[in-house]
Amino acid sequence: MANKRNLILTIILLAAFFALAWYVNFETDSYIRRVVNLCMVYAIIGLSMNLTNGFTGQFSLGQAGFMAIGAYVVGIFTVPVALRPAVFYAAPMNPLIADIYMPLWLALIIGGLLAALVAFLIGTPVLRLRGDYLAVATLGFSEIIRIVITNAQTITNGALGIKDIPPLNDVRYIFAFTALVFIFITALINSSYGRAFKAIREDEIAAEAMGIDLFKHKCLAFMISAFFAGIGGGLYGALLGTVDPKNFLFTLTYNFLLIIVLGGMGSITGSMIGAVLVTAGLEFLRVFDEPLDLFGMAIPLFRPGFRMVIFSVLLMVLVLFWRHGIMGTREFTWDKFIAFCKNPFGFFGRKGARKA
Amino acid sequence: MTILRTDGITMRFGGVVAVNNLQIDINEHEIVALIGPNGAGKTTAFNMITGVYTPTSGNVIYTDASGNDIRITGKKPSAIAKLGIARTFQNIRLFKELSVYENVMIAKHLHLKSDFMSAALHLPHYNAEQRQAEAEVEELLKKVNLWDLREEKAFSLPYGQQRHLEIVRALATNPRLLLLDEPAAGMNPKETDELTDFISQIRDEYNLTIFMIEHHMDLVMGISDRIYVLDFGQTIASGTPLEIQNNERVIAAYLGVEEDA
Amino acid sequence: MEFFQAIFNMSGASFAQHMVNGISLGSLYAMIAIGYTMVYGILLMINFAHGDIVMMACYFAFFGITVFNIPWYLTFVGVIIATALLGVVIERTAYRPLRDAPKNSVLISAIGASFLLENLANYLFSGRPLRFPNIEFLAQNIDIAGIQVQAISLVIPVVTMLCLVVLLHIVNHTKIGMSMRAVSKDYEIARVMGINIDNVISITFAIGSILAAIGAIMWGIRYPGITPLLGVMPGLKCFIAAVIGGIGNIKGAVLGGFILGLGEILIVAFFPQLSGYRDAFAFIVLIVILFYKPTGLLGEKTTEKV
Repeated sequence: MANKRNLILTIILLAAFFALAWYVNFETDSYIRRVVNLCMVYAIIGLSMNLTNGFTGQFSLGQAGFMAIGAYVVGIFTVPVALRPAVFYAAPMNPLIADIYMPLWLALIIGGLLAALVAFLIGTPVLRLRGDYLAVATLGFSEIIRIVITNAQTITNGALGIKDIPPLNDVRYIFAFTALVFIFITALINSSYGRAFKAIREDEIAAEAMGIDLFKHKCLAFMISAFFAGIGGGLYGALLGTVDPKNFLFTLTYNFLLIIVLGGMGSITGSMIGAVLVTAGLEFLRVFDEPLDLFGMAIPLFRPGFRMVIFSVLLMVLVLFWRHGIMGTREFTWDKFIAFCKNPFGFFGRKGARKA
Repeated sequence: MTILRTDGITMRFGGVVAVNNLQIDINEHEIVALIGPNGAGKTTAFNMITGVYTPTSGNVIYTDASGNDIRITGKKPSAIAKLGIARTFQNIRLFKELSVYENVMIAKHLHLKSDFMSAALHLPHYNAEQRQAEAEVEELLKKVNLWDLREEKAFSLPYGQQRHLEIVRALATNPRLLLLDEPAAGMNPKETDELTDFISQIRDEYNLTIFMIEHHMDLVMGISDRIYVLDFGQTIASGTPLEIQNNERVIAAYLGVEEDA
Repeated sequence: MEFFQAIFNMSGASFAQHMVNGISLGSLYAMIAIGYTMVYGILLMINFAHGDIVMMACYFAFFGITVFNIPWYLTFVGVIIATALLGVVIERTAYRPLRDAPKNSVLISAIGASFLLENLANYLFSGRPLRFPNIEFLAQNIDIAGIQVQAISLVIPVVTMLCLVVLLHIVNHTKIGMSMRAVSKDYEIARVMGINIDNVISITFAIGSILAAIGAIMWGIRYPGITPLLGVMPGLKCFIAAVIGGIGNIKGAVLGGFILGLGEILIVAFFPQLSGYRDAFAFIVLIVILFYKPTGLLGEKTTEKV
């Protein structure tokens, strides 16, 4: 049966990736490990953003804020208690939480849940808004979360940030989380709720007429997205070893916007591909932030900040000329892959190809 | 038994009165038609019944299967759909980029008994529900010869089949009352005939009540039990097809006089 | 005065000072909000890059006066022209090609344009805060009835009102203004009636950018620190101001600007412990307005045809 075959193939693929993660973890240098880990964390957050923006059609720009919540829960609760007074040197940590310590996995989950709760509170007024308004409102709330974090000195250490977070660089650990998120979201999209989300994206009025409670489903998508953004943010904080309000400026959200546009808004596998390309690309582009010597002449063009200029130009070029991205709304499926293998050239000439 | 009635609903948009004091009664298993010139307020009436607009005044009362009267005025369209009222749209609102199959499966979502986590994790009782839903969808699609095209994106279907798809999508919600907004729009006489048979058939097979806006008089006169005629937001006549055909006011406003031979 | 002090825990002089600040800030917000509302009225899109245009205008002024030593009155004219050009260029490259594309694409392009401007400024001018050129006679303090007021604080509301009067005259009493109103009411019909949509849109962007430039100059004199991200928060707030007043409505944008400007200053004045949260005020007002009067204070209700 095709389904059994697909399931076995998927399990084999996951096992292969896990083996690859194992290899990268022990046999490569720390820079490569860091980049690979960052790819996977960005994939998680990219997927979370695709859930609302790509699948449900709700254009939210709040990912940085939800990431911050998850990152700070990790920051606040995983720093060993003994080290905290040194970190919170300007104002002592709030006594209610000063002695609470959580292992990373617990902090991640709680961070995700807290982010989902905040999403619910924000979502209630904000999800009634259309398109552009929703974007602005979520952007604003992302900044407000950051403002609150910057001001809550005794809880978050304010503008000083939190350091001495036990660093996480185990590629297998992060891979496990990434795989779980990928599997959950794939299962969700392929369920009745996933179809309901897509219906909302396609035509809200028709979706409502078919019995889909718009607000409930938009809020659900928003909360799940925030949950995973929170987990991604927590992993991000653990990766960095420190959290700082300035890390979570709204411009961070634009990274994920690029990821989902490049990969295809509405494609899960697209987001994975996009995450790898953008993360690796951003690393590669660092080259342009340093003065470059060509033919013995220092080119003044390349200095700090050029990398991000290229990045923003890329985003615009993408949306102007290739807005469907790599995958559009299609997914990688085993059926298609096997069909491709059997007939590589015939694959692309199929009838029913997408209208641009 | 009455399944739906409106007790004088009115719809104002700023200074414009789109629908004025509309009084409609629909009995179970009837096919009732709403006709009238363009701009008469017919779709507005539909929108008031299905919750897209909230009437400026007046109430819409729906009687459920147990005989309870429920005031549906001002309820959300999704809540009204859950009660058993489904509709199609004048300008076809299919989920264009989704497949034929997905379009109809979506209509099964409102009756989902499994909770969110069970669905997301594909637990056994959710899977069982889905298999049941899939079987129902298959039957519906086969009825309109769309089963073989089920993987095609909705926008790629020919116009007539899109209309059929919209109807079976509405049917998939298991409604008691089905509102059809110009189902025969754009169809040639042969297609209209087939549609007429189809509507009659689904009314019997699915125990439906049908309320329909239409301009194709063959369809209207051929199949309706009763007709309401709307002009400038007001009812100008109601009755059986025969009565309406002979009603002078209706003829003057809408049907037109036969040319002298 | 003592009565006042007793009630508000603040001297009359302080309060007057805060009112002046609030009106200044409100005027600045109004100038920028008009640009948002005009573009939204015609294209039904948020020009995300508008706030960044303000930022670029500040940098233009800095370069004209501080770097190239051009006299300030010439530089200001140059800044206005350059900013208007910038606005039109952005419209041509980022928005016009996507006029028939789905709404999300235009939004992403707007975000991209905004991000590009921010990164360009960071790259070209570095992230270090620069100081807006000091125009002595505008920056000096004037003593009025016991309170110290910066000369510019008196100039700002006057300039704003002048601009508003001129703008309303253009919109309501000239041919081009009529074209703009026609396009914002019904895009397709306006095109069919022979109105050159491209020109109307470009002019709208140009006008919005001119106002942004004037606003930027006044802003720079009042708040001299220039950074690449200087336009972000004000941009968001000014869009909110436009929404509060009724998006698409010019007078509404001005009203919204004053409400936010005054409100922000007065809240911090009366509750100094909340000063870290002053930026949140605009969003709270947004939520409240969207709950109780979603079309804004001066907006008209529109219904979607189903």
